[in-house]
Amino acid sequence: MKIHEYQAKELLRAYGIPVPRGRFAATPDEARRAAEELSCRTVIKAQIHSGGRGKGGGVKPADSPDEASAVAGKIIGMQLVTHQTGPEGKKVRRVLVEEASEVQKEFYLSLLVDRSRKRECIVFMVSEAGGMEIEKVAADTPEKIVSCAVHPVVGFSPFQARKLAAALPLSAEQRKTFTDIVRNLYRLFLDKDCSLVEINPLAITADGRLLALDAKVDFDDDGLYRHPEIKALRDQDEEAPLEIEAKNASVNYIKLDGNVGCMVNGAGLAMTTMDMIKMAGGEPANFLDVGGGASPEQIEKAFKILTSDPNVKCILVNIFGGILRCDRVSAGLIQAAKNIEMKLPMVVRLQGTNVDEGRKMLNESGLRFTVAEGLYEAAEKAVALVK
Amino acid sequence: MAILLDEKSRVVIQGITGSEGSFHTREAVKMGTSIVAGVTPGKGGANLDGIPVYDGVAEAVEKQKANVAGILTPAAFTSDAVFEAIEAGVELIICLTEGVPVQEMIKVKQALKGSGARMIGPNCPGITTPGVGKVGFMPNFIHKKGNVGVISRSGTLTYEVIWQLTNLGIGQSTSVGIGGDPIVGSGFTDILALFEADPETEAIVMIGEIGGTAEEEAAEFIRSQVKKPVVSFIAGRTAPPGRRMGHAGAIISGGRGTAADKFKALENAGVAVERNPAEIGQRIAEILKIK
Repeated sequence: MKIHEYQAKELLRAYGIPVPRGRFAATPDEARRAAEELSCRTVIKAQIHSGGRGKGGGVKPADSPDEASAVAGKIIGMQLVTHQTGPEGKKVRRVLVEEASEVQKEFYLSLLVDRSRKRECIVFMVSEAGGMEIEKVAADTPEKIVSCAVHPVVGFSPFQARKLAAALPLSAEQRKTFTDIVRNLYRLFLDKDCSLVEINPLAITADGRLLALDAKVDFDDDGLYRHPEIKALRDQDEEAPLEIEAKNASVNYIKLDGNVGCMVNGAGLAMTTMDMIKMAGGEPANFLDVGGGASPEQIEKAFKILTSDPNVKCILVNIFGGILRCDRVSAGLIQAAKNIEMKLPMVVRLQGTNVDEGRKMLNESGLRFTVAEGLYEAAEKAVALVK
Repeated sequence: MAILLDEKSRVVIQGITGSEGSFHTREAVKMGTSIVAGVTPGKGGANLDGIPVYDGVAEAVEKQKANVAGILTPAAFTSDAVFEAIEAGVELIICLTEGVPVQEMIKVKQALKGSGARMIGPNCPGITTPGVGKVGFMPNFIHKKGNVGVISRSGTLTYEVIWQLTNLGIGQSTSVGIGGDPIVGSGFTDILALFEADPETEAIVMIGEIGGTAEEEAAEFIRSQVKKPVVSFIAGRTAPPGRRMGHAGAIISGGRGTAADKFKALENAGVAVERNPAEIGQRIAEILKIK
């Protein structure tokens, strides 16, 4: 799960990590009041779950409360396009009004789970090349990144902070603060089941203080059950409406740009079905995994979600029944087609548990659809229908 | 022979009295699996179709000589269930539960080190050895006894491939689903090593997914350590970066973990890469004929 920068900074502050003073605002008026309260030069920062906001025009300075209000008025409501949002961009609903800082140097600091077999633990990464995309630094100047793995049993050790600090041009006093920051970040990471904490940049201000100027905190979805306070930070405005609906129906759905809608059981098979559509010369409209134990009601919901995407011109159902029985899938499909007056052509490929009952039900339902036996045949038939 | 699950396996199911636990235990029994005990804390003394239920794994090991644990407990209790199975001294832990926090898995991996126990999963379809039985979710009817070893990160895609093999008359020595999470008990390399050493296995099918570097690590291992022919497919060639494709581990991030990278690494390691998953069975058939 992702959260906004202002939420991430509140968490950092609670863990004793220095962040600029700031308030979030949903209207120009709120932005003006925030700037008045801060009574200093401010920066107005668009709050969306994507990086690259500055380049996209979502981060602007404001010298007075009036200007803060004017700038916020421009940013709030804008469709912000960055390299992470896709060409359609994301609508800005809130801004962070923050004390402007004079920056001397910018560093990069992050913590993440390294899943490679050699490590399988939490790793710190630090770089003197801050403020840039770390992927770019890793590609161009990998020697500028220093990483440090934390032993899961031993935990964080002060020598590791010294090792990380040595990679940065810091004074003795700054090194002390840096060690505290690193130790506290590790505590936050463990406490809240984070999957990524990234401070980019971690700045040294003109007066020599260390300050987290930007912050990104992601959480392990599987750990959310034990952190209701984190779960409450979820912002549904950041998610596509269809994806929220899918989540509520326990269906895994991701919207894509093509026109062949697919409904599959199992994530691996769902990805494979997308690949097959592409191989057959078409474009998948979505990733959709109905899961292992789907009921006819869930199948029906999945079907509704799928067909409410206006780009979908044809539907491909690919089910390999294991735990999920084919007769249940058929029941759900028939129910759905009846309730939503399906007009789109449909290709159905059923295989596995109770396949004969499932096929019989479909054949007797009066539903119009094309039958496919094989995996590739199904994709070819679906693609042919949209051409 | 086969690998992991064989004639000597005596299985205890942790979470046997839950709805998932009892359903899949009964399916496994139908296949002939030797399930000797179940564990649900607080339900000791009960039984499931005559299979004795105990309060703890140690008791199941002591009284029924269980040496394999299948775990079907809810996610919140799963790392505890693994620690208990390790402590009780079972040799193989098959963890089927989905949704175990990654930080719990980091601890589990430490507990496994030097314990003598091997773990498969979590969030996996389990293991099937045709003729011996299964622990997990794979449908009973898709298998056939034979000489191809199957390893996969997926669930239903694994069934699809096994079914393809069976329809072509190609049987399997053992099929292993290692799971789709970022950190899993056993990786491709661990299982590849077992298949390489198993005299019954003549060829190996390896099914990967986007995300992480497990397939690249497997490619490196195959290049230097595996002499048996390997056919491989990677799911998710068309997946957009930054979006988690169902499995927690299946995400392309920071430009790493793409299907193209994985195909290339495997090809360089001499693996027969099959880009059309409908042709995996056919590819193995060709290889076995050449032999």
